[in-house]
Amino acid sequence: MSRPAVLVRERASAVRPSPAAYSGRPWWSLFTVGIAVLVATPVVAVVIDAVRQAASPDLPRGLGAMVLTTLLLMVGVGVGTLVIGGGLAWLVTAYRFPLRDALAWLLVLPLAMPAYILGFVFLSAFDVSGPVQQMLRSVFGTDVWIPDVASLPGAILVMSLTLYPYVYLLTRAALVEQAPGTYDAARTLGASRSRVLWRVLLPLARPSLAAALALVMMETLTDFATVQYFNVRTVSVGVYLVWKGSFDFGSATQLSALVLLFAVAVLAGERLLRGRARYHQRPGRGHGLQPEQLSGRRAAGATAVCMAVLGAGFAVPVLQLLFWAVGDAITDPASLWDPRFADYLTNSVVVALVTAAVCVLLSLMMGHGLRLGGGWFVRAAAQLTTFGYAVPGAVVGIGVLLAFVALDRTLEALGVAGGTGLLVTGSVVGILYAYVVRFLAPAYQAVDASFAKVSPTMTMSAMSLGAKPRRILRQVHVPLVRPGVAVALVLVMIDAIKELPIVLLLRPFGFTTVSVWVYELASENFWEKAALPALVIVAVATVPVFFLFRHVRLIDTAHEVG
Amino acid sequence: MTQVPPSPPGSTRPALVLKDVTKRYGGVVAARALRLEAGPGELLTLIGPSGCGKSTTLRLVAGLERPDEGTICIVDEVVADRRHWQPPERRRVGLVFQDHALFPHLTVAKNIAFGLDKLPRAERSRRVGEVLDMVRLGHLASRYPHELSGGEQQRVALARALAPKPAVVLLDEPFSNLDDNLRTKVRADTVAVLREAGTTAMLVTHDQTEALTVGDRVVVMRDGEIEQADTPERVFESPATRFVASFMGEADFLPARVRNALLTCEIGVVSTVPGWTTGWDVDVVLRPHEVALAVDPDSAARVVAVEYHGAFVLHTVVLGSGSTLRSWQPHAVRHPIGTPVTVSVVPGITPTLLIGDTAVTAPPL
Repeated sequence: MSRPAVLVRERASAVRPSPAAYSGRPWWSLFTVGIAVLVATPVVAVVIDAVRQAASPDLPRGLGAMVLTTLLLMVGVGVGTLVIGGGLAWLVTAYRFPLRDALAWLLVLPLAMPAYILGFVFLSAFDVSGPVQQMLRSVFGTDVWIPDVASLPGAILVMSLTLYPYVYLLTRAALVEQAPGTYDAARTLGASRSRVLWRVLLPLARPSLAAALALVMMETLTDFATVQYFNVRTVSVGVYLVWKGSFDFGSATQLSALVLLFAVAVLAGERLLRGRARYHQRPGRGHGLQPEQLSGRRAAGATAVCMAVLGAGFAVPVLQLLFWAVGDAITDPASLWDPRFADYLTNSVVVALVTAAVCVLLSLMMGHGLRLGGGWFVRAAAQLTTFGYAVPGAVVGIGVLLAFVALDRTLEALGVAGGTGLLVTGSVVGILYAYVVRFLAPAYQAVDASFAKVSPTMTMSAMSLGAKPRRILRQVHVPLVRPGVAVALVLVMIDAIKELPIVLLLRPFGFTTVSVWVYELASENFWEKAALPALVIVAVATVPVFFLFRHVRLIDTAHEVG
Repeated sequence: MTQVPPSPPGSTRPALVLKDVTKRYGGVVAARALRLEAGPGELLTLIGPSGCGKSTTLRLVAGLERPDEGTICIVDEVVADRRHWQPPERRRVGLVFQDHALFPHLTVAKNIAFGLDKLPRAERSRRVGEVLDMVRLGHLASRYPHELSGGEQQRVALARALAPKPAVVLLDEPFSNLDDNLRTKVRADTVAVLREAGTTAMLVTHDQTEALTVGDRVVVMRDGEIEQADTPERVFESPATRFVASFMGEADFLPARVRNALLTCEIGVVSTVPGWTTGWDVDVVLRPHEVALAVDPDSAARVVAVEYHGAFVLHTVVLGSGSTLRSWQPHAVRHPIGTPVTVSVVPGITPTLLIGDTAVTAPPL
């Protein structure tokens, strides 16, 4: 893998600007369009259904509050991640202080902590019955005023602590990778470091910041469990509650459409914020921003700030989970051998594996199909398949249900008694379908990034040497995009293991995954019982963070070399 | 693609025929009514400024683009017209790209064997050895592409394209990735291999010297059209259009008028034009090597720039009218800037004449 990988990287610069635009292969083009239709169906189903009912709106009460809460949460988490992520990025990039090199990449770790796990650890510590409040009451008496922890600000804090790494990573990349020549030019023109930051580096980093914020807001919008722990009713939660409470398709669909509007607004916002700016700077010569040595109290302060964020976002909660898990194992050793645990873990892993395999396979076929040509329509179709990732799980879930209901009706109208029967509600097919809709995007992007590094001339050469499309896929494309395939498999598996609302909405009776188990145990305040499965999820989610570590280290080396 | 035997030696059937081939991208015409033939074993060079359609032409022949109009034949077989369409893998065409496009995960031998998958194993390895010998890289058969130098990669790419015995080999700026000093050597080697293989070849380049030295015929393109397709000598000495004259080498243009069967311009009589009637206005194409200088204190023409090129010194002269001419002088001759000179045409030269933008040899009717 390393050998082609090295070469693939070298080749990236030789790639011609225009992709292969030769007359496409109808079957491969059709295939890509087919995938796009498959992925778009649930979302389209939601939109169509909502539009059909628009004449007779059937929205749940308290909708205004729900929308306002969602807005506040998204803005709050956006600001929170900007402050934490942006501030830390500037700190570790512009200064040297003890442990800075280690902290620079350790600060990415909270990304491995799903918000719904940090959320319940946080609640257990700070809630009315938690140790912190008990201590406060024992010191200051029982009538001391303590703000309600399970509230919107609490949710904003927890989500900012788990989501800030997106901003951190992209800001750092922007600060370091912007052409060092630009920084040098600004400095030689007499600007101070902070002036360069505000007048040159940040404006240049705007597209990156916009992208990071969009990611953060999407995750916030998609979140489902954290907000429930904190009694924050967002529109995404609304979809689930309305459906589970009344199985009322009407209002669930209309709420879903509303959530979609939010998602579209976030994407539009990112475009707007990015503006027409396209700052693709080549890493040129020059020193760029060189870190300044901090000393004494300021150095200690910098280290402390980083440690505090890392502690709150990752280290302390993990220790707390370990403490619970060990304590639980000692007081109730039988719980370790709980057959449910093995059962749920198997469910999670099998569903994740199948999803990852299907997503990677589809991505490969699409990437290959695009390489064989087909024009703008096929390219647009491939782009469409990535939209699923921006759609919150609850909406995808409702959409899949709607789509299968429509399929049932069609089948029955065609004379198939019972339609699809229990295919959806009685098996994991619905979950798998929804997972593919939602997670095809990261898989496709990873595979596509690898395809982008394969020069189109490679494909053309293979064709002129007499290879038919299938042979090109097998002997040229697959071996060359293997790095992207590996990344895609891992990313999808982890996302699938963490996913919650889709399983809750679509699972057949008696089917539980580790994530659902953690959620259920935590909802009922069985913190200790939830600790072990939660640790498993955190451990699994740490894997992609190691990919990011490598990325951060690459930034660092680029930085040191200048 | 190996089933069809190569054309018998001495055959004069064209290996490649383009008949009125047109290709549009949206509203832009990338190739307009191209007519071109390449005889067996002939080496054509395609040259023109970027965007002139030379790469499009190559892609059309390879089957990477489908023409909107016209017919393309490769050795008597119609590969593209209104009804027929052969995808690239069914055409007997070999491709060599600027980036070589070697498969990085395959060894040199396996790269070359890629196009031979329909041959029996023994025959395949025999053919691989054969073409490796042809490019003198037999000792590198088990290396990976990234372990080779740029020149070696280029030769492997050529060997890979030649292995299935294609009817036509297309080379898309194959040398522009190489260092200047390496390029000449690799170019000579490549041409030698193509000659040895006896394959018809079409080479796209943006280097005028390359087009003239390598090609049996040079095809000059502009704005999707073929301006001239002729031997290097004819293209350089008798350019068909003003564009060809200025693009293929340096050229200056002087307005001239026919008077008593003599062509007269600012620097005097430049040519006799028997059969022309008095009064025609034409432009004379003068290349620097066709322009002679002599110091003359009475002349209104002045040397305004002197560039030393080693063996020759390029003098730029402004005439009394303000027109500019350039002249190559032997390396020992160097007229200082400001020197008054008389300018004349080197004896024995018959300069090209243009009416409008087109070259003429006889007075228009």
